Amino acid sequence: MSSRTVEYTVGRNPEMGVDGSVARSPLLPFDIPEPSLDTENMLINIGPQHPATHGVLRLVCELDGETVKRVIPHIGYLHSSFEKLGEYRTWNQIVTLTDRIDYLAPLIYNCAYVMTVEKLMEIEVTERCKVVRVICMEMDRIFSHLLWLGTTAIDVGAVTPFLYAFQERERIYKLHEAFTGARITTSATRVGGMMADLPEGWTDGLQNFIDTFLNTLDEIDCLLTRNQIHIGRSQGVGAISAEDAINSGFTGPNLRASGVDYDVRKDQPYYDYETYDFEIPVGRHGDCYDRYLCRMEEMRQSISLLRQALDRLPDGPIDVEDPNISLPSKTDCMSDMESMIHHFKLITEGIPAPEGDCYMAIEGSKGELGMYIVAEEGGTKPVRWRIRPPSFVNLSVLPKLAEEHLVSDLIMINASLDIVLGEIDR
Amino acid sequence: MKSGFDAIDEGPHLSESPTISLAGEISDPASHPSVAALLGRFGDAILHHRVSSGTQHVVWIDPSCNLEILRWLRDDPDQRYDMISDLTAVDYGAGRPINVVYQLFSTVYKRALRLRCELPLDGLEIDSIVELWSAANWLEREVYDLFGVTFRKHPDLRRILMPHDYEEGYPLRKDFPLRGRFSRAEQTRRALNQAVEHSYIAEEMELGRDPQQATPVNGTQEGDAGREVR
Repeated sequence: MSSRTVEYTVGRNPEMGVDGSVARSPLLPFDIPEPSLDTENMLINIGPQHPATHGVLRLVCELDGETVKRVIPHIGYLHSSFEKLGEYRTWNQIVTLTDRIDYLAPLIYNCAYVMTVEKLMEIEVTERCKVVRVICMEMDRIFSHLLWLGTTAIDVGAVTPFLYAFQERERIYKLHEAFTGARITTSATRVGGMMADLPEGWTDGLQNFIDTFLNTLDEIDCLLTRNQIHIGRSQGVGAISAEDAINSGFTGPNLRASGVDYDVRKDQPYYDYETYDFEIPVGRHGDCYDRYLCRMEEMRQSISLLRQALDRLPDGPIDVEDPNISLPSKTDCMSDMESMIHHFKLITEGIPAPEGDCYMAIEGSKGELGMYIVAEEGGTKPVRWRIRPPSFVNLSVLPKLAEEHLVSDLIMINASLDIVLGEIDR
Repeated sequence: MKSGFDAIDEGPHLSESPTISLAGEISDPASHPSVAALLGRFGDAILHHRVSSGTQHVVWIDPSCNLEILRWLRDDPDQRYDMISDLTAVDYGAGRPINVVYQLFSTVYKRALRLRCELPLDGLEIDSIVELWSAANWLEREVYDLFGVTFRKHPDLRRILMPHDYEEGYPLRKDFPLRGRFSRAEQTRRALNQAVEHSYIAEEMELGRDPQQATPVNGTQEGDAGREVR
């Protein structure tokens, strides 16, 4: 695997060694003597309603002056009990819950869920369906990274990238809407296929996006990557070593920024990802700046993946041709007795599952997104449906990362983790 | 006459047959190198092994040996399961034991393995594995919060998704009704009567604590056993 990783040629801050030794506050030119005053630590409450917490997250911080001594995150404000609700719903009804978990990349969640159910039931989806799902997932990876890019930039004071990023997101919203009829709550997948095939002309719209998106990304790149303020705010901030990152459960771009080349698409490939030509960006220092670089490069790789997927998009049916799994067409339903019976059985009873359990991980936009499903023999509802939330595990590292940093660094670290509270609280 | 809401309040109905039969199929352990090694090294502590969903190897282990087995799986040079992908629990209802599930992955050998521990309802205690993986910290708190499994020697065992003074029990248990144990009126009354101080926990109000020692170990467990609603 020689062409697995991408090396960066971006210059580092001269005050920091290439070995990753951390220079604090690179903008300070000389040491200011500490005044000897009696001080007392202070408790400060950030959130739950605060734009810099990127959701309904509450951080109770103990501060010594401006230095963070201790952070206690409080989560659960958005807890909707999706896992419990899932136990009362049939396999296909759960799809509508999945896109509400991570509203920043709904299609990835739709796909991850049905993939797990299909693995449990050992259903092999059609070639066209596989490629369409790859398109959906890579499109939403860009969709999610763009939101992270815009909001992180605005946290360090750069407003323009936010506006550029949201213009591009709007184009993906429109693609969502043209395909599924909804902008956020897509619910596009079904067990054994998709809700519908791609509408006519949709691929032209996607091709247009692919052709022009990189121009915008380059503009944002110019605004941020060598920006002295952005570098000063992110280099050496919130650094974590590779071993610590693995041990504390980091996955996705956060882990790769620390130099571990773990990507589920390469290590446990699904949907023929091993046949696509793409690389995984890997950082060296594990700080906020490397996380930024990794995500920027990931968007470029996703564009390349989208191009390849569009090139190989085969014709043919999108749903499996099994009347016990896929709904018959409406015309058949109205004219053919047998189709109507299948339709009735599928809607009222659902699809019977074999007994067993199944854990399936995919590379979500935030990290390893796992779904764990336990089913009983012939059950049309899960006994247990568990979402392995990447943001939840990533956020649990925040107290360790933010220790002894400034309050403003805490905001930057929190932003660089790319969390979404809908998924953390579920 | 039963209304549609009764079904929601009663909880899901499962068939009476045991969901996972321990006496059933025994797959060939040699097809996964770690399973064969586990059987050779721990013998009696490995209760059962099966292959689920085609390729996924699941091993049931003795709950009293979980720390020892997981430590060996993490450190042994032939295993090197350095990443814990997931830690969760499964309740089958009808008085059957609650399963704690560990999903491991080795970034060195690119292998996955799932371990399960069965805990009877009257002994919901298992050793915490936070000393092996700090990722387990919040995951174990979540299992404690939603299933009521106590993790011994966990550094900070508090509720995480539900409020810290939640009094209705453990939501993901099968005997927990979908709409909660209290009526909507009672839930609203309690929410409105909360004092502001309730949104803080005692430990964080104390300044100058060591950040790694978030909560005293035995300070968390006493309150919740009494608080549980039966």
